[in-house]
Amino acid sequence: MIIFYTVCLVLVILSMVGLLYRVWRGPSVPDRLIALDAIGVMLISSIALLSILFDTPFFIDVILLIAIMSFIGTVSFSKFIERGEIIERGSDS
Amino acid sequence: MKTNDVILQTTTKVVFFIIFLFSIHIFFAGHYTPGGGFVGGLLTTGAIVLLLLAFDLKTIQQILPFNFTIVTGIGLLLALGTAAGSIFFNVPFFTHAFDDFTLPLFGETSLHTAMLFDSGVYLVVVGSAITIIQSIGGDD
Repeated sequence: MIIFYTVCLVLVILSMVGLLYRVWRGPSVPDRLIALDAIGVMLISSIALLSILFDTPFFIDVILLIAIMSFIGTVSFSKFIERGEIIERGSDS
Repeated sequence: MKTNDVILQTTTKVVFFIIFLFSIHIFFAGHYTPGGGFVGGLLTTGAIVLLLLAFDLKTIQQILPFNFTIVTGIGLLLALGTAAGSIFFNVPFFTHAFDDFTLPLFGETSLHTAMLFDSGVYLVVVGSAITIIQSIGGDD
């Protein structure tokens, strides 16, 4: 069963290498942004597999934390791409 | 340009409470599992940053009417007061105390004064990070 989880981890890391190629040679900025978001998901799954391999439950909080931070980062980057400012001033300006 | 981001705002109204409850959980779980005041404060900051992204700066200053520099000051005062309270019991500085209490809803609970120091760290982290983000996002 250890071999199965190790093979899964190697597959996840190989897909992360493919996403890193898309970050390196993305023609436009949204390609790079979506590749970074998918790298966050791959990081979540690799941490879950590592927490099975190390036989510890202490990495479960890290998974939720990376998911939240990846979501906030993707939302702020896409708002910067769309409008040019991340935090808007107010209604009167 | 008037843009319509109803999906982002509706998602934020649901996700904000999940992130905030997770930050409270990670703050209280800091004694026996990974976590603590610093990570809990940063997660609360992340929840408020998500509100700032979905709405604008003036709306967030209306629904959270705190001066966050004063929040930082209250956190520093709480941490220093917890550390200095040990002087009055004739023990060295920063000596913590704990005991078991029987609370009405929780039953047998071990209360520790390191929790008060940790909540000081939490308030300092939230106050300073929100002050940085609001003052950078608010200038011209």
